[in-house]
Amino acid sequence: MPPIPGSGLAKGLAVTLRTMTKRSHTAQYPEVQPELPPRSRGVIGLFEENCTVCMLCARECPDWCIYIDSHKETVPAAAPGGRERSRNVLDRFAIDFSLCMYCGICIEVCPFDALFWSPEFEYAETDIHELTHERDKLREWMWTVPAPPALDPAAEEPKEIAAARKAVEKAEVAAAAATAPAPPATGTYPAAPGPGTPTLAPAPAERAAESGPGTPAAPAPAAPDDAAPAGESTTPLPPTTPEGDA
Amino acid sequence: MNDVLDVGLRLLIVFAVFLVLPLVVGQTEHKVMAHMQGRLGPMYAGGFHGWAQLVADGVKFVQKEDIVPANADRRVFQLAPAVALLPYLLVLLVIPIGPGEGAVGQVIDAGLFFALAVMGVGVLGSLMAGWASANKFSLLGGLRTAAQLLAYELPMLLAAASVAMAAGTVSLPGIVEAFEWWWLPWQVVGGLVFFTAGLAELQRPPFDMPVADSEIIFGAYTEYTGLRFALFLLAEYAGIVVLAALTTVLFLGGWHGPFGGDGSGWVWTLLKIAALSFVVIWLRVSYPRLREDQLQKLAWTVLIPLALAQIALTGIVKVAIQ
Repeated sequence: MPPIPGSGLAKGLAVTLRTMTKRSHTAQYPEVQPELPPRSRGVIGLFEENCTVCMLCARECPDWCIYIDSHKETVPAAAPGGRERSRNVLDRFAIDFSLCMYCGICIEVCPFDALFWSPEFEYAETDIHELTHERDKLREWMWTVPAPPALDPAAEEPKEIAAARKAVEKAEVAAAAATAPAPPATGTYPAAPGPGTPTLAPAPAERAAESGPGTPAAPAPAAPDDAAPAGESTTPLPPTTPEGDA
Repeated sequence: MNDVLDVGLRLLIVFAVFLVLPLVVGQTEHKVMAHMQGRLGPMYAGGFHGWAQLVADGVKFVQKEDIVPANADRRVFQLAPAVALLPYLLVLLVIPIGPGEGAVGQVIDAGLFFALAVMGVGVLGSLMAGWASANKFSLLGGLRTAAQLLAYELPMLLAAASVAMAAGTVSLPGIVEAFEWWWLPWQVVGGLVFFTAGLAELQRPPFDMPVADSEIIFGAYTEYTGLRFALFLLAEYAGIVVLAALTTVLFLGGWHGPFGGDGSGWVWTLLKIAALSFVVIWLRVSYPRLREDQLQKLAWTVLIPLALAQIALTGIVKVAIQ
């Protein structure tokens, strides 16, 4: 059925009339703050304690808007006869937000989690020079960074936690097996994986797969945890463990 | 002495209405447009619902410098807003609000003729403004305005003539006296033509091509600033009131209402005027602007044939009744 001529005109009138009777959906921004999503890119906050002056952020920045100055200090030897150590001390950390294009690369490359996105976005200035935020200001932004959002209910467990949990479970199984049938051999199995045990690291086979085609696929050594017979203490890692792309 | 007082009082009342009603329409337009478009801008001035928006507008207009271009024809340039505005004041004089002598500024036997003739003077204001601005774009805008107003004058007159035929009189109170309820369906085409043509006469959207502020920068009014520009705007709003009032009187039965005695006739008239003014604003929000050729085509190929058909229908029914 062809449309009645003029029905479009009537439809237009109906739309405006309907809109008039509804409440406006316009966000009343200055009075009401917007509800920003948790990953909003407002401004960058700096957590100074985590910064090691590695300069990765400044080097990766496409706009070169991060300025870092530092100097080295020597730390006296901790023990008598020990070696003196040198340590980087941050003198200046500034981000020029008039250049920044909010790509977030600095935050992603920071290996020590010293940079964070804050959702604060109201920092307009009348002078462009004042958009260069020095470290104290970046530090202040840090306190506006929200807590990381919780994982989705069905999300995969984070790798570190998964690995640690698996290790603990295995240790428990091993401990149970060790105590019940046979007297324990020399040494006791550690209940929790200590720093020396490789349980926190992913299984070597997995690491070999991760290391990519560049590294020769080493024959996966028998995973020490899997192969660990009951009652034995942890076997040390074989020396040929593939170490990433070293 | 009593006559002088009577005339003075009537003039004063008409003048007061002339000053108040367009402002009411203007305020309504602010609010209705804001609601229809989901905007908050006009809701701030003065607090509650932005009641002071119109006052703020007025203050703004008064503050602006009154500029007359160096090469302009000064006298004509300065007179143009008054010429555009005055006809509407004069038309208000003859529009009956209620029954009887007391509810109309001045009873003129040829009231319809007078009203339409005087409204035709309005085009002179735009032409004067366009010509005297010493600006070729303003001149173009003025000529476009003239072309549009002339094109729409004809269907407007024809539609009004149909009502005059039906009533057998050109007196505005006479037409309302003669009005019967079945005139509504009988004259509906004429009414639509009259209203549409009147809208175009006022250069209101969607017929605001000659003043299109985004395309030819307010046409004939480019060079006008401050209060003179405000006068042109006021002419537009006074025009809305006059158009709504004329349509009410001619096609909607003026002071006749579905209930209530003659005493409350003026309420009905005002209600109908208000409703029609709302429709004018509503149309502005809903429709995009017509292009020049579409505008002329609508007048000559749609409205005039419709108006002629209405006249023929009126004639046939009139003869059939007798």
